[in-house]
Amino acid sequence: MIRIEGLTKHFRKVKALEGIDLHVREGELFAYLGPNGSGKTTTIRILTGLSSPTSGDAYLHGFHILRETLQAKRQCGLVPQSINLDHELTVQENLSIHGKLFQMPHRLRNERIEEMLHYVDIADRRKTPVKHLSGGMKRRVMIARALMHSPKILFLDEPTVGLDPKIRRRIWSLIKKIQQNGSTIFLTTHYIEEAEFLAQRVAFLDEGQIIALDTPQNLMNRLGKWAVDNIVEGEMETTYHSSREGANAHILRQDGSLSVRRVNLEDVFISVTGKKVQP
Amino acid sequence: MRGCLAVYHRELLILKKKFWRQTASMSVAPLLYLIAFGFGVGKDLQVDGRSYMEFLIPGLVAMSSMTQAFAIASEINIARFYWRIFEEFQAAPIRNIAYVTGEVLAGITRALFAVALILFIGLLSGVVLSYGFFFWLAVVLNSFLFASMAVCMAMLVRSHADQALLTNFFITPMAFLGGTFFPVDHMPLWAQKILNFLPLTHAAQSIRASSFGQATPEPFSYLLLAAMGLALFVLAFHCVNKAKD
Repeated sequence: MIRIEGLTKHFRKVKALEGIDLHVREGELFAYLGPNGSGKTTTIRILTGLSSPTSGDAYLHGFHILRETLQAKRQCGLVPQSINLDHELTVQENLSIHGKLFQMPHRLRNERIEEMLHYVDIADRRKTPVKHLSGGMKRRVMIARALMHSPKILFLDEPTVGLDPKIRRRIWSLIKKIQQNGSTIFLTTHYIEEAEFLAQRVAFLDEGQIIALDTPQNLMNRLGKWAVDNIVEGEMETTYHSSREGANAHILRQDGSLSVRRVNLEDVFISVTGKKVQP
Repeated sequence: MRGCLAVYHRELLILKKKFWRQTASMSVAPLLYLIAFGFGVGKDLQVDGRSYMEFLIPGLVAMSSMTQAFAIASEINIARFYWRIFEEFQAAPIRNIAYVTGEVLAGITRALFAVALILFIGLLSGVVLSYGFFFWLAVVLNSFLFASMAVCMAMLVRSHADQALLTNFFITPMAFLGGTFFPVDHMPLWAQKILNFLPLTHAAQSIRASSFGQATPEPFSYLLLAAMGLALFVLAFHCVNKAKD
């Protein structure tokens, strides 16, 4: 569904992407994880036609992003990181302009607007200018807009950044629903728990390179099931154990402030990069 | 074609939302110039056998069609740097030529609306001139040129502040020196030679000549406006390509 081969992007001397190879399967919810500046947004911008690669190839549903640009763009919907709605226009007008940009016939456009407004549960705000909506509502409008033309692939670039935990969970439910309806979803995030909760497979990106790629469970199993955190002279040291008993035995052997917990994706990221995923 | 109409439709919607604000804003400058130069300074003045008011109205038409067509650059900039709507256009399956055409059409529409306002204000002031085919052709060519220039500039600048600088350095001097308020042939020869390089000088002369009922227009001015407009339109297309990243 998404095939990336040797994708490279250099901004003068800055190497944003260095030979990315990736294959995202049809109907998969794929998370692309990494700290700010790791190349997540650059990858999405190249795939959606907002930026040109320095070298490499990418295909969306079989269409080459540079040689068959328009066909490739028709396959995908994009929810960018920053709100890019027309604030002067109403919710309905924003969706309508999007439908026109994707050359949807008048009748189909109106049907899809209705469908999408109900899908993201914002039908009662159709006549409201976007400037009067809350951050969470704007995100939902952006998702509705991206889904207007029934794309096969949905790119979500940090879809929950800046939202409170309650709204974030609501967006997660919506993303799950979209995936269950058959869409392929390519999600970038720096929220580890978001990827852990939503994704079927995860790629860790650091300094423009994929450093790990697998299912969340397989990645975590590489370390073990349990983690013991120990604060030594102000520094956190973590050890990993395959069983709870092993973790407990480790605690008994150590002095200091120790705690035991389940291994998470952040542990995996720290173990492969030596740094935390920070916004 | 549909992509171009989508871009155009969006600009019209924005214009509609701000209709009264835009109408007021488009009327203020020409109204002030009419009061200050038309009723004030030029009350008893005659230029080439016509009242200064009659001389001034076509000049204001040329100036307003330029400034309002060029104002599309600010709309594009707001959409690009502030609302980031430009990304929505870039991610859509439309060709860059469709985007440029849509924006240029929006610029021309704004300009025609501003010109209609000036003609209305002129009518209220008792100035009735001839507004035939060559008058409107010159207005459209002038608007086309400056709307295309606006798209180029909007793609080349890196911030909203840069856009204001360009307006200060190019558009404002042209508005005053391009034969809007005085006949260029009253200037010293060296100044005339320089001012003849400005597209607005040719637009003002063509608009004035046609509104004074001159049957056969000066073809050079029309051809120059069309050629420059076309060149800037092609350049705008390339600038949109370069605006990625």
